[in-house]
Order: sequence, then structure tokens, then C-alpha cells
Amino acid sequence: MNNAAADMTTSQAGSIKPIFARAKNVTVGYPGEIIVEGINFELPQGQAMALIGTNGSGKTTLLKTSVGLIPPLGGDLTVFNTKPGNSARRIAYLGQFHNAGFILPLRALDVVRMGRFPLHGLVGKMNAADNEMVKSAMHTMGIEKQADTPLRFLSGGQQQRVYLAQVLAHHADLLVLDEPTSGLDAAGRELYLHAMNDEMCRGASIIVATHDIQEEAALCQQIMLLAHKVVAFGPPQQVLNSETLLETFGIVIGKDQKRPAVLECAHGHDTEPAIQAKVKGRKFWMR
Amino acid sequence: MNGLITPFTSNPFMMQALVAGILVSIACAVAGTFVIMRGMAFIGDALAHGVLPGIALAFLLGFPGIIGAAIGAVVMIGGVTVITQRSRLSSDTAIGLLFIGMLALGVVIVSRSNSFSGDLTSILFGEIMGIGISAIWIQLAATIVIGITAFICARPFLLLSFDPEQAQVAGFSQKIYHNIMLFMIATTIIVSFQTVGTLLVFGLLIAPAGAGALLARRIRGMMAWAALFGIVSVYTGLLLSYYFNLATGASIILVTTIIFFIVFTIQNAHSRRNNAQGEAAHE
Repeated sequence: MNNAAADMTTSQAGSIKPIFARAKNVTVGYPGEIIVEGINFELPQGQAMALIGTNGSGKTTLLKTSVGLIPPLGGDLTVFNTKPGNSARRIAYLGQFHNAGFILPLRALDVVRMGRFPLHGLVGKMNAADNEMVKSAMHTMGIEKQADTPLRFLSGGQQQRVYLAQVLAHHADLLVLDEPTSGLDAAGRELYLHAMNDEMCRGASIIVATHDIQEEAALCQQIMLLAHKVVAFGPPQQVLNSETLLETFGIVIGKDQKRPAVLECAHGHDTEPAIQAKVKGRKFWMR
Repeated sequence: MNGLITPFTSNPFMMQALVAGILVSIACAVAGTFVIMRGMAFIGDALAHGVLPGIALAFLLGFPGIIGAAIGAVVMIGGVTVITQRSRLSSDTAIGLLFIGMLALGVVIVSRSNSFSGDLTSILFGEIMGIGISAIWIQLAATIVIGITAFICARPFLLLSFDPEQAQVAGFSQKIYHNIMLFMIATTIIVSFQTVGTLLVFGLLIAPAGAGALLARRIRGMMAWAALFGIVSVYTGLLLSYYFNLATGASIILVTTIIFFIVFTIQNAHSRRNNAQGEAAHE
């Protein structure tokens, strides 16, 4: 993690963490079409930020801008202290998939292996360590038994697990995930939430677009509510209240069921208090 | 049994046709695999027909047809790119228009020349029986270049087929590798048109790789099946043409299409039986 001293932040615990992504008054959108203006955030190492909003609220546009797929329309957006799109080796991206073309002869394993491509370029050889990471990512998402199965024979939920395993196999410093839980069953969601937590404990940061204002959002240190503008931004307990949710979604449902974070790092010595927060009533550890 | 081999051993033109056909089959297996993976069948088709005016013009002016084909392909790719970038039309509209325009231009050019009908037939349907040694060398070189390109670009090509945005984020420029892929497909078409003709080369590009896609679990397997089906088609097509005096290029394409539908039918019946078994097991 090679960041300049100038780009550090003091976290709640008092330790210094490098900033992985920073937006100053950023405008995102497409030429001639501004989608969201005035975006400001700082994402330190090991933290997660959730983008929450309805379909078409600008979540995907902001994600695509932060991985360099579309240029920002204004403001100053840096990822690893450089322009978005310049740090392929350090960024893993999960887009919203179009499953239409999936008659391709690709095994689940082949898809997960693609997660290692950015680290080896065109012809760099994959070694035993790569295979180990691929295997472990498939294990994490519970699809190691499907490794040799062609993707087209897997259900939508299983395919989503494969895509998530691909992201995990990368061991990236920044994970950018667009609705990663779409199509996942309950078990898949739990595996995903654990994996997300493990990634943060490892020191990776996450930007995730989600509709889950409960478990997934509670894992994040920062929440950005989007509705063609930034409705609210800050820690979950501050941001997720009836008024802001009403402004974001136009409707508030199930606000009583809101649960805070329930995960902790396996090796708990160097973690953020927010991740350590334990909550009664629910057993999360499965391993 | 002899009758399956002697036509090739006793006629040099048959042997040369077979060698050329095998080389074309391998090139088409590699390029066709990515055409199918990437869903570029239509642009492949358009390229195959879009080269016609280039070839016709080259024949008219006395250039080698292969140079005309290359120019035709460049115009075609350039035209598609410009139209897709500069307008709100989807690329298949642009491709369709250019494709038909280029075909018409080709026929117009041909119609200007009186002594041209023989040439037109050979452009459209190929003349594999009349293939020369120098053409075989060019094909060999092209097949090697296509193979090396696919090998080196395997990762970006795979990512592009899987999800173009994923390729971009992984550090492989969408634009560059898409163009390299187009170049590879165009090269395949340009060097193959002498064998089976511009109208039919598309069949050799799509049918064997399509059958391969139905059977294979991996890309490499798909390419291997495609090459095998292509070679079997060329061999069978040549024999049919030799014994029954049929148009050679068309015979080859007919065989490859039949192979595709046989594989398709078997595969379908197989998966239906599996499904039925699966459902029975659930009850």
C-alpha cells in the first residue's frame, strides 16, 4: 500500500490509514446528461462505503466512474492517488451482468481464474499461488464443487457466486461491487457478507451499490444515499433514518428491523471498532 | 477404402486443395471461436461479403485479389466503427446497411466488365481446386499469425467475450483488443475467400465453431472441435465434389452445416433425456 503521507487519514481508532479513493465535488454522468453532482467522500484503507438508492439514482454511474469506465464530468476524483482506471492491478470490479450470452463454453473455474488476469497481464504465467487463491475464493463462496461445471449449467444465484469468487480471487485493494447480492439466496448472502468482512480485515476497501439497508449497509463505515443527488452521507447510524430514506426511496419499509453490524475479523488485533461491533441475538460465524 | 485416399494422392490439385482447406479450417476454428464467443456473427458475415467490391476492383485493375479484399475489409470495419460512434443507431443497423451497400457495389463493379462472370463465380464461391502453391504459403503464414494472435491475446479476448467492462477494468483496453479481434477475423476471411469464396467463407467461420460450442466445456476444446469439424468438412466436401462433380466450395459448406445440425440434434436429444432423468429423480 504505497501511498504518500499526505494522503492519510486518522481513523476512529487513532491509527493512520491511507486514503484509497477520494472525491471532491465530483459530477458523474454521460456527455450532456448530469446524473449526480457534488459528490464528496474519502474512503480509507480497510473501510467500506455503501451507495444506496433506487434504480437509476446514480449508483452504477458513480461506480463506473470510479473504476474508469466513464470519465467524471467534473470535480476531482482520485483512486490510489491517480486518475480512475490507472490501477487495474489493485481494483476488482463486479458489474451488473447481462446473462443473455451465456452459452459460452466456460467452466466456473475459468471464470474465477479471470480474476487473476490483471496481475499477470497478457502472457504472465499463473502459478501455484494463483491456483490456491482461485480455489480459496471458490471455497469462500461455496462453489468449489461446481469448479468444473460449465457456467451455463449453473443457476442465476450460483453464477452470481462465481462472479463474486472471481472478485475475491483478485485479492484487490479496492473492490467495486454493483449490487453483488442480486440473485443470491440466503446462504449465498451470508457467505458474501463474511467475505466482504474478511476483505476489509485484510485491508481492502469496498465501494458497493446495494439495496440492502440492513446487514450489508451496517457493515459499511460510510453510507451515501443517492437520488439523482447526494441525499445524505455519513456513518450508517447517522444517515439511515426515516427522513433520509423517505427522501431516497419515497417510501420507508421495515425500519424497525434495522440491525447493526454483526461481524468481526478472524484475527481481531488490527480492526476498526465499527467492524468489531458485536450484536446479540444472531450467530454469524459459520467457520 | 482406396477411393477415399487415391483422389488426393494421384491428383496434385486435390492434394493442394486439401492442404489449403485444412489451413483455412484451422484459421476459421480460431477466429470463429471468438466470433461466436463475442457474439460477432453479424459483423463476421458483413466482413465476408463486404470484401467483394475490393476483390472485384482488384481483379478489374489487375491487382491480386487478396489486396482488394484487405482494402474492402478496412473500409467495412472503418464504416461500422464511424457509424456506431457517431449516431444513435445500434451497430447491427450500421453493419447491415454497409454490408448490403458493399455487396451491391461489388456487383455493380463486376457488371461493368464483360469478361467477368467467371471471375465473379470464383470470388463468390471460391476455386479451391485451382489453388496455387503461393496461395497456400500465404494461407500458412496467415494461419500462423492468427494462431499467435489468439494465443497472446487469449486473456483479453476471454474477458471481452465474458464482459467487455471487466476487460477494461482489468487493464486490457476494450477498444484495442476489440480491434485486434476484428483484424484477426478480417485476416481469416481475406485469406480464406480463395478457398470457399466470399459467400461461403462465413459458413466455415461459424458452423464448426458453433458445433464446437455445443460440445465443449472449455475454449480450447471448442477450438479443437471446430478445427476437427472444419477439416472433416473440407475432406468430405472435396470427395463429394470429386466423385459427383459438384461445386466444391458449396459442398464443403453443406457438409459443415449438416455436421452442425447433427451435433445440435444429438445434443438436444441428450440434454432432453438428461432433463427427463433429472425430473424423474426428483419425483
